[in-house]
Amino acid sequence: MIRKLSPIKNCVISVALVILAWQILFQVSDYEAALFPSPKMAFDALVEMFKNGTLLEHIKTSMYRFLVGYLSAVAVAVVLGLILGRLPKVFQYINPAVQLLRPISPTAWMPFIVLLFGIGDMPAIVIIFIAAFFPVLLSTVSAVGNVDPIYLKVSQNYGITQPALTWKVIFPAAFPQIANGIHLALGTAWIFLVAGEMVGAQSGLGYAIIDARNNIRADILLATILVIGVIGILLDGILRLIEKQIFKAWGGEN
Amino acid sequence: MYIEVKNASKRYKVGGKDVVVLDNVSLDIEKGEFVCLLGPSGCGKSTLLNVLAGFEKLESGSVRIDGAEVVSPSPKRITIFQNYGLLPWRNVLKNVELGLESRKLEKDQKRKIAQKYIDLVGLTGLEKQHPRRLSGGQQQRVSIARGLAVQPEIIFMDEPFGALDAITRMKLQDDILKISRGENKTIIFVTHDIEEAAFLADRIVVMMANPGRIKSIVKVPLGDHRDRTSEDFLYVRDKIFELFNLKADSYIEYYI
Repeated sequence: MIRKLSPIKNCVISVALVILAWQILFQVSDYEAALFPSPKMAFDALVEMFKNGTLLEHIKTSMYRFLVGYLSAVAVAVVLGLILGRLPKVFQYINPAVQLLRPISPTAWMPFIVLLFGIGDMPAIVIIFIAAFFPVLLSTVSAVGNVDPIYLKVSQNYGITQPALTWKVIFPAAFPQIANGIHLALGTAWIFLVAGEMVGAQSGLGYAIIDARNNIRADILLATILVIGVIGILLDGILRLIEKQIFKAWGGEN
Repeated sequence: MYIEVKNASKRYKVGGKDVVVLDNVSLDIEKGEFVCLLGPSGCGKSTLLNVLAGFEKLESGSVRIDGAEVVSPSPKRITIFQNYGLLPWRNVLKNVELGLESRKLEKDQKRKIAQKYIDLVGLTGLEKQHPRRLSGGQQQRVSIARGLAVQPEIIFMDEPFGALDAITRMKLQDDILKISRGENKTIIFVTHDIEEAAFLADRIVVMMANPGRIKSIVKVPLGDHRDRTSEDFLYVRDKIFELFNLKADSYIEYYI
């Protein structure tokens, strides 16, 4: 029990320290309260947003975009990765292009995406898709390449052919490494959700930040930032739980 | 002849140099025989096994089983590997069922067959365990059960007990001897352990390295029930030690 509680204790202390530092900065700084609000003001803004329903509305919109973009990126990247991982001769022609596209920040595509898709759900979804796609694709391709050859030998011996070979042997064998990529992509995708909504949307958490700036409501701005952080942690926690369940079924400890 | 190897030759390139792993090897094996391929590393025994199993191709020469050229692996000829090759995400039962899944069988039927061979290798009660929870000996038993479940005609074993401790190894040797006699399979067994070969084989194919070749073939005139301490067994073992020039000439008085 003590072991389980101590991380919670650490969290409480850590958050308390941030709020304390924030409060001290608020006290000593010369900024106007409207530009640099106190923790109390941000908290009041949070309550206000919650009460008038805008907060939940923004969260719902953002979660929808996030889930559509992220899940479709994972699905497409895993399927494509499973295929390309088995075709190293083909992948050697695709890899240079992937390496060229990968380091480009998804936000760089933003103007282009807005021109093509207009303002609304699509730009954010596309940005999230781009952000999540490459890490999952590359980790899947490399995971398939790293599958222990003995599994393939055994499959060949027992007459297991495609498509059973992929979903019975290669995918589960590669899964731990694929899961790494999926996890990595979650954080990246969440970061770029905000960027996508700041430019290409009229709703959602990213838009709420721009809207707060336009109305010079720094308290709402900070409250929204806090919400974004908390949801990020929650998403990570949920994925961790799902992974744990899968690995349990997989017969492993970690 | 059931298995016919004729003038089998194969080379590998190792560091730019050609190494002849099989140099004009010919060998006949009868149905139901237990044959051990015995020799030091580099003598080509594993290569010969892989060629027989269809995992590797020869450079020249031919391998025929039951009259047909071997071109690829087949569920009729199952290979048991030293590192088991179990699928870690499947439990014991599901691992044993692996080879049955490409056949048109009812679920219950698959389960029944798998259970039969799990019982045969002495793993009853461990069906729901995952491989990593089992010892090395138990894992190799799972892989043997998986192989037997598809009812192959031939079982190839590539140093299957090489990673196990001595006591576990002897237990598995006892069991594989019993199973081979009971199930009446043709077994080709690769090992570098002279005692293991003498304990298991009907015939021992003694191989040498550089180039990989057959030095001699020793018939083991021991019955189906073998005893590691019997005079006959020790005699056979000594004969093979002699073949490898490993027996000290009897100058022991010298040191007294």
